[in-house]
Amino acid sequence: MRTRPTMVIIGAGQSGARAAHALRDNGWDGGITLLGNECVAPYDRPPLSKAVLLGEKSTTQCALYDEAFYREQRIDLRIDAAVERIDRAARHVVVKGGLTVPYYRLLIATGAAPRKLTAPGSTLTGVHCLRTVADAGQIVEELQPGRQIAIVGAGFIGLEIAATAVARGCEVAVIETAARALMRAVPEVVAGYLVERHRQMGVDIRFAVQVERILGEHRVSGIKLSDGSTLACDCVIAGIGVKPRTELAEAAGIDVADGIAVDDTLRTNDPYIFAAGDVCSFPHRLFRRRIRLECWKNAEDHARIVARNMLDRGETYSEVPWFWSDQYDMTIQIAGMPAFAVTTAVREVGEASRIFFGLDRDGVLVGASGVGRVSEIARDVRIAQELIARRANIDPTLLADRHVKLKPLLAVEAL
Amino acid sequence: MATETSSLKWVVACATHDIDEEDVIRFDHEGASYAVYRIDGGFFASDGWCTHERAHLADGFVVNREIECPLHQGRFDIPSGKPKSPPVCVQLKTHPVRVENGQVMLGVPAQDAS
Repeated sequence: MRTRPTMVIIGAGQSGARAAHALRDNGWDGGITLLGNECVAPYDRPPLSKAVLLGEKSTTQCALYDEAFYREQRIDLRIDAAVERIDRAARHVVVKGGLTVPYYRLLIATGAAPRKLTAPGSTLTGVHCLRTVADAGQIVEELQPGRQIAIVGAGFIGLEIAATAVARGCEVAVIETAARALMRAVPEVVAGYLVERHRQMGVDIRFAVQVERILGEHRVSGIKLSDGSTLACDCVIAGIGVKPRTELAEAAGIDVADGIAVDDTLRTNDPYIFAAGDVCSFPHRLFRRRIRLECWKNAEDHARIVARNMLDRGETYSEVPWFWSDQYDMTIQIAGMPAFAVTTAVREVGEASRIFFGLDRDGVLVGASGVGRVSEIARDVRIAQELIARRANIDPTLLADRHVKLKPLLAVEAL
Repeated sequence: MATETSSLKWVVACATHDIDEEDVIRFDHEGASYAVYRIDGGFFASDGWCTHERAHLADGFVVNREIECPLHQGRFDIPSGKPKSPPVCVQLKTHPVRVENGQVMLGVPAQDAS
């Protein structure tokens, strides 16, 4: 018996689920099989470090779609289907238990796995990381008023959890190996501005120190640091980055370069196999290099494009990256790749709102980071996103002058 | 479309020249907040707050007859209020608008005439 051609998606996260939806929206009438292994239907991850840990939102409220959606859209969602291998010659995947699922096109959207602490004591009770609803469920119990929370890593996840823990009435310390926060994401001036705010809120942030040992008998009681000091704590949460989940692709001989290496249509070196979201690295026309992004918007945008390309539309991906974070009453919005900037122009758009424009060696705007109130930063960051798409070369003194409207600059710059 | 004009009252939101082409402004009236748009020479209005999380759409970005929320870049179709791009998924309430003597008039729910 010949079965209907089926689009198979490994990974039921943001990219996987959204790609399944987009395949239907783009007229695919064959089968769609969405293989997840978190034992829960696809959900939205951004609230986990914020609304969910604050207790304002339940994990079930984070579901991307209700059950009826999968039925109506004829998406065969399996939430306990760990894929064991991809057989490229036979064009099928093998799921735990031996079931084979043939594919017409395959999408790998396996995301990224959080890096785990490796210091002695890292397996003690009370040591956590945050990636899944299951992780969030454990951490929300830990953030009780008055408890001491040690966060390892001053990246976005670490800083968001720090802000949430402060709001929950915890005493918070953040330990970072690097000399400053957000090393990979933003220039030092932006990181410094955010760190200042955390310190005002009472967070004890320490840089250039490592976790030497996590102390405790059965449960965490403290951390011994590389500078010889000891930090007492009731719980440790690691936010020390992620690793793209490339194992299946690598075992199948698919090219990997800091993530599954796809072209600008998100296709791998196997024409039948695509990748999207956190797991893949792709060449970006605007920045003229291969990048890999770990954020909601990229997962979303990739899903939309990859679905079309699985249907042979051959569309190239060149969206300007966009990212947000919420810490205390501050919103952080980032367009482009501020880390690629060599100079920064600062625009003060409000008492506590700043936009940091990043220019590369040639004076091309490559990034914009807004920190402060949404109403004061969002529009300028959004226009900057458009300017970045145009590879605009703008006088930094204009960017720094809050009285210079940015929108008219768009008209001057050809797309 | 204003189907129940009898239950509406018309209030002046702004002058037509107060809104740039392809732009949006905020208008507050009797405890409610609205977003008033100017696109393709026409004027439209909707509830001011995004249906997803707390962000005012007048702080957002008008692009291709859509309003993009400033918080997460979800999008709504301006004339119909239909959600067009995630994370927004709940319809945005629209309000009728008419232009008289260079003024943008917004049809808002009439209060009890007591």
